[in-house]
Amino acid sequence: MTTDTVTAKDFATDQDVRWCPGCGDYSILKQVQSIMPELGLPKEDIAFISGIGCSSRFPYYMDTYGMHSIHGRATAIASGLKAARPELSVWIITGDGDGLSIGGNHLIHLLRRNVDVNILLFNNEIYGLTKGQYSPTSELGKFTKSSPLGVIDQPFNPLSLAMGADASFIARAIDRDPILLRDVLRAGNLHKGSSFIEIYQNCNVFNDGAFDPYSDKKRKAEETLILQEGKPLVFGLDNAMGIQLDGLTPRMVSLATCSADDLWIHDSKDHTKAWLLTRFFDDPKVAGHFPRPFGVFYQQERPTYEKAMQEQVKQAVEKFGEGDLDVLLAGRNNWEI
Amino acid sequence: MATQLLEKATVLFAGDSGDGMQLTGSQFSLTTALHGNDLATFPDFPAEIRAPIGTVSGVSGFKVNFGSTRIFTSGGKVDTLVAMNVAALVKNLDQLKANGLIIVNEGGFDARNLKLANYTAGQNPLTDGTLSNFQVITIDVNKLVKELLKDSPLGNKDRDRTRNMFMLGFVYWLYNRNPESTLQFLARKFAKLPDVMAANIAVFKAGLHYADTTELFSNRYEIQPAQMPPGKYRNIMGNEGLALGLVAASKKAGLDLFYAGYPITPASDILHELSNHKNFGVRTFQAEDEIAAIGAAIGASFGGHIGATGTSGPGMALKTEAMGLAFMIELPLVIVNVQRGGPSTGLPTKTEQADLLQAMFGRNGEAPMPVLACATPSDCFEVAFEATRIAIEHMTPVILLSDGYIANGAEPWPYPQAADLPTVTPPFATAETPYQPYFRDEKHVRQWAIPGMKGMQHRVGGLEKQELTGNVSYDAENHERMVKTRAAKVAAIANSIPEQQFDSGSTADPIVVVSWGSTYGASKVALANLRKEGVPCAHIHLRYLNPFPKNLGALLAQFSKVIVPELNDGQLVVLLRRAFLTPTESLTKIQGKPFLAAEIEAFVKQQYATL
Ligand code: SF4
Repeated sequence: MTTDTVTAKDFATDQDVRWCPGCGDYSILKQVQSIMPELGLPKEDIAFISGIGCSSRFPYYMDTYGMHSIHGRATAIASGLKAARPELSVWIITGDGDGLSIGGNHLIHLLRRNVDVNILLFNNEIYGLTKGQYSPTSELGKFTKSSPLGVIDQPFNPLSLAMGADASFIARAIDRDPILLRDVLRAGNLHKGSSFIEIYQNCNVFNDGAFDPYSDKKRKAEETLILQEGKPLVFGLDNAMGIQLDGLTPRMVSLATCSADDLWIHDSKDHTKAWLLTRFFDDPKVAGHFPRPFGVFYQQERPTYEKAMQEQVKQAVEKFGEGDLDVLLAGRNNWEI
Repeated sequence: MATQLLEKATVLFAGDSGDGMQLTGSQFSLTTALHGNDLATFPDFPAEIRAPIGTVSGVSGFKVNFGSTRIFTSGGKVDTLVAMNVAALVKNLDQLKANGLIIVNEGGFDARNLKLANYTAGQNPLTDGTLSNFQVITIDVNKLVKELLKDSPLGNKDRDRTRNMFMLGFVYWLYNRNPESTLQFLARKFAKLPDVMAANIAVFKAGLHYADTTELFSNRYEIQPAQMPPGKYRNIMGNEGLALGLVAASKKAGLDLFYAGYPITPASDILHELSNHKNFGVRTFQAEDEIAAIGAAIGASFGGHIGATGTSGPGMALKTEAMGLAFMIELPLVIVNVQRGGPSTGLPTKTEQADLLQAMFGRNGEAPMPVLACATPSDCFEVAFEATRIAIEHMTPVILLSDGYIANGAEPWPYPQAADLPTVTPPFATAETPYQPYFRDEKHVRQWAIPGMKGMQHRVGGLEKQELTGNVSYDAENHERMVKTRAAKVAAIANSIPEQQFDSGSTADPIVVVSWGSTYGASKVALANLRKEGVPCAHIHLRYLNPFPKNLGALLAQFSKVIVPELNDGQLVVLLRRAFLTPTESLTKIQGKPFLAAEIEAFVKQQYATL
């Protein structure tokens, strides 16, 4: 299939994009469209399935096959689609409410099955479409319309949750870093299996600035830890800081006192280390907190659900032959009158 | 020893849930079918997997009604009751005909079993006169089996498990059944466990011989083969027939079947059955919950398979929102509800027809969906085929109602040849004109474009959409038109289904009985008996509940009395009154049990008297 004539623009539809001006969703849409030609697939072999929420409008803006389904169920619907049509490239667009609250069950089951889809979870830590209630990722104490005295629910750590569900690919990106976002999307697409990508997305109407520490020019260097395969974990201005592993205990060290060779080297195949990285989840307001990692945390090759299903169909055909309806209808015991 | 010729008989095997009564009953059914009798079966088992041993709540039963004439129900009163213990006797005694035969395992009437069945010390139904109106044959099967297998290498537990085979052999002799197919079955089933096989066969034969040599009976019974229409037959269970109907329709449509389900009684057997037919391109998906099951099926339909999901009442409640989505995006989908007693968890192993109004109206917004119901185990095949045809050709989710009674029941089925089944034509989009997802044909059906079809990329979703383009639209008039169009599409299905026929009788009769679903059999028997007695009544059985056949209203208008028997509190009557303003007499039964023909007969007679 030649795709050299397809460009990002070819993936736009004639529909007006209706997110609030300034919403982080715009950047995500743009980055997704821009990597689409790299899939090497014709547009008709790609499907975007979403649930309900601001982010779930996404399929309307992609000139592929698409479904804007019901709240929380995109994961279930996409599982059926991919299982039926393994050759398609299937993308799930969901949010913190859609994917982690009402659709939490389907999400963890999709991850454990390892259906080969890409899940883009737009995390804005708020319910936007319903106008500002706290979500399962809103921080403790947050004041929202439905929590005037502050949130008392412990928030989810989405990447730890995904690891707990045995996701085979786990990554984090942010709307305001398009290069990183594109890299993560590409890696997720190349991964054979469920790719769980959490994207920090600014809702400038109901939760503006929630991720400022990780995008603000002045704070970004101190607050973010960009994961690069085979490279030491460094962060801070001029990468002056690093992470060292003392047994299983991570420690922040200054490179002035420690050699880069002694730092934790990122290995996305290492389950234990990936787990530790997902636990870098401190409140940036707390003194001595760890920087928040971005990039690919973990990837593991294991059989995909739809391949296994396809294999069973193939084996059944090899063993019993192509189904013969007359044999099926006649059953094992029959008689003539 | 005389052989008495009978027209029909009903045998009920009852014992503890661990006594193997289901297997015993199904072996008897299979042999009886091979004998050429018509038959209907009804298993009755406790909701608990291992209900307390020896108690009345733990009794498992399997009823077989068979005859040399056509059989339409699993029977009213029982001729022969096999009771493995006290509880099995106590629970089923009221089903027995006066002077009926009871074959009792005396070993199940020891002090412990008597106590478990709530008898006080010293009391015993075998000796206290309770059974004086019946013929009783008492055999200590426990003791006989113990003696017979004393040299078997099997442990006690495995030896005791063969007791059912003794009773089976015994009843085979009584009803002159050929033991061959059961011997073959045992050899096949226990091929890998030669000791178990030997023990079961020995005990089965011992039962046969015991009946033959002890002169316990004054006569044996013979029930001659029924006059069935010529053809090839097999036995079919309801859920099995339903599964085969889905496969057959998918093949006839040239589509692969994708069936997603979550385990639930009494629908799980559809999932089990289909998971064995992967060589037909069938994919089965055991989902994490009911919602995921319908979701995955919708995803598969979006991908160009025929998606189907099956459940029972509580699961239907959970699938409701997704049904609305399937309705809105107008994709083919089959949703099976094997109804059970409700509401809520209700009576999971008992039958009921109380989800009809849920099927009709149980969605938010204006979302009418076609509803069909199966009448008998073999009818499950035809209705599943037809439901799938409608779903595909009319691009709509379809609800198929079965129930616990037919799902687990079995009957002989003159199965069709694949070549004789109709072809199903999916309305796939063609590349001739630019694709518009909500462009409709004269039946209001939109065209189906599936991923992979070039140049037809489009988006569907639960939001209201603009006519033709399918773009999201909040336009007031467009919404009203779309609501009306979707309803018109479903209503137009009435043009593609057969007109309503009479099952018996005609408009010359003053009374008509209108049945739906599993009330078919009891109604048919009742009507036949009534006609013999000179009560002029006709019988209409409804397969299509939404839309109704076009001529139904006109037909019903010609009767002085329309009688509707239902296993609910009167739901079809609501629909008939709503559609045709038909005055109806409702006969309801809400006991988790099917109608007896006698109950319908009595009601019709009472109504006839008021004419
Ligand atoms: S409410 Fe928030 S998330 Fe939703 S579109 Fe507006 S800015 Fe974006």
